[in-house]
Amino acid sequence: MRICVVGCGAVGSLFAANLAQLDDVEVWAYDTSTEHVDAINANGLRLSGAGEVVGRMRATADAGELPPCDFGIVATKAMHTEPAIRATAHAFVDGCVATVQNGLGNEETLARHVERVIRGTTFPAGKILGPGHVQWDVRGDTTLGPFGSTPFAEVERLADACTRGGMPAHAVPDARGPQWRKVIFNSATNPVGALTGLTHGRVCERPDLRALVSGLVDEGKAVAAAQGIELDSDPEELIDHAAKPEVAYDHKASMLQDVEARRPTEIDYLNGGIVRVGREHDVPTPLNEAIWALVKGVEASWQQ
Amino acid sequence: MAASLSRVCVAGAGTIGSLLAAHLARVAEVSVLTRREAHAQALNEHGLRVSGRADFTATLRASVDPAELDAGLVILACKGSDLEPLAARIEGHFAGATVMTVQNGLGAEEVVAAHGDWPLLSSVTFMSGTRHSDTHVEYILDTATWIGPYRGTTPDDARAVADLIVASGLKAEAFDDLRPAQWSKLIFNSTVNAVAALTGLPHDFHFAEGQLGDLVHRLVDEGKAAAAAAGVELWEDPWEMNVLATKRGYAHRPSMLEDVEARRPTEVELITGALVREAERLGVRAPLQTAMYRLVKAKEASYSE
Repeated sequence: MRICVVGCGAVGSLFAANLAQLDDVEVWAYDTSTEHVDAINANGLRLSGAGEVVGRMRATADAGELPPCDFGIVATKAMHTEPAIRATAHAFVDGCVATVQNGLGNEETLARHVERVIRGTTFPAGKILGPGHVQWDVRGDTTLGPFGSTPFAEVERLADACTRGGMPAHAVPDARGPQWRKVIFNSATNPVGALTGLTHGRVCERPDLRALVSGLVDEGKAVAAAQGIELDSDPEELIDHAAKPEVAYDHKASMLQDVEARRPTEIDYLNGGIVRVGREHDVPTPLNEAIWALVKGVEASWQQ
Repeated sequence: MAASLSRVCVAGAGTIGSLLAAHLARVAEVSVLTRREAHAQALNEHGLRVSGRADFTATLRASVDPAELDAGLVILACKGSDLEPLAARIEGHFAGATVMTVQNGLGAEEVVAAHGDWPLLSSVTFMSGTRHSDTHVEYILDTATWIGPYRGTTPDDARAVADLIVASGLKAEAFDDLRPAQWSKLIFNSTVNAVAALTGLPHDFHFAEGQLGDLVHRLVDEGKAAAAAAGVELWEDPWEMNVLATKRGYAHRPSMLEDVEARRPTEVELITGALVREAERLGVRAPLQTAMYRLVKAKEASYSE
């Protein structure tokens, strides 16, 4: 089977390098960074940290080079989904494309370009250390489910390959529960860290701020419930778990890292996504709207 | 208020204090109470220069010791977060003088009242400037200072001080009851300053349109509901104040934004904090103002990261 990882940042690299360990899988990596691509082609894609792995694969920054693939795994930041799938869709005419991205709306964007889409949510995390080299910070599970009329057997086939490669994945008929749990977690904590400059643990140990986080969670839960989505577990538990010193107390949310580096954030797909879906279902989300507007304001301040 | 306005002491010489002291020195004998000895020395040696909308250097007397200064009017011009220690410093001094607060937000008068039985005037100021050094302040926005009676003072007393400030070259207006104006400014500052501090945006067009404009509007609405519950009929609509301010062609950087950028304590407690507490006391829901208050407090806490 041939799998192309679209967007070989930290998360995409974890999938690509691990899947490349399998004899029956041919991995391609598509990324717009030619430096990264050249390094992968020369020396393989190396992971350090939670696992030491070197994956051999073909990498390219030229989507025209991609052969027909059985699966795509899209791992770009949410704001790059559209150009990434527009460039690579030709490789997936007979395949399925899974998103393992953050936020809401990625499946819909993919479905405008390819026939069969898989909804995915992933918890492993890492960071790019340099061209061809990624730090694997946290191991974690991935949940995959069909979007639209994608056959479940295809979802199972991809989940099986990921699991065998060292990235445990479950195929489920409705993957919206895990997706919304993660979206609610991210929307309630990432922008609060980004706006205040506090790490996850310090956000959670301020009772008044923790109450604001819960206010954001409650709105997200209401929007999920209005769609008939059953969360696979309570995002509050995930938030409290992550606040423990041995888990992610000192973790700076990726959005805080983005803000500090003055990079565009994923706010439109997190809080913005919750607000949009809330409006479709007449569920008010005033706190998420406020946080969305503030982070957009932060981004606008960089143009000053 | 029997005391004479021929001698004025300005306590706290930040931007607002410096602008008031320098201008008033043209129409009264002005002294400045500073916190730092070097600041007092510099003022005594070099005077206080004003640039921008005015251009002159005032001669005045400065000291760190309130016992060395005498005045019929004392203007406490420090930031809200410095008011308590300043009021404690002047306790037992300036007998017979009238004391005027100019802090943003609510509650400054009560802080001062706890330290002495001086007659008190309230005021709020919209003027702004930039403090370039201990002895140089730039006068930027020539907007007014609003003054009203608070304790043991009359509307006439407020008018006398407003007249003095106007004679000195600044803008001022007296009110029989300052609360409507004070609340208008409270709601304006609580909203605009917090949003600026959290986003890093100066007070520009973003505050009056689109997504951020919607948030500002909702924040103002919460403040208006609290004012209505308090029985205060606002002097000006804070939303209109906001829109007007973004159209001046000059994007003001609210002090709360400057404070968080310099990692200094902000005035959020006396402004947004005061509004949130008033809303709670009055039984008015203010979830968005509450969120802003918590976020700015947390941002202050992040300085120690």
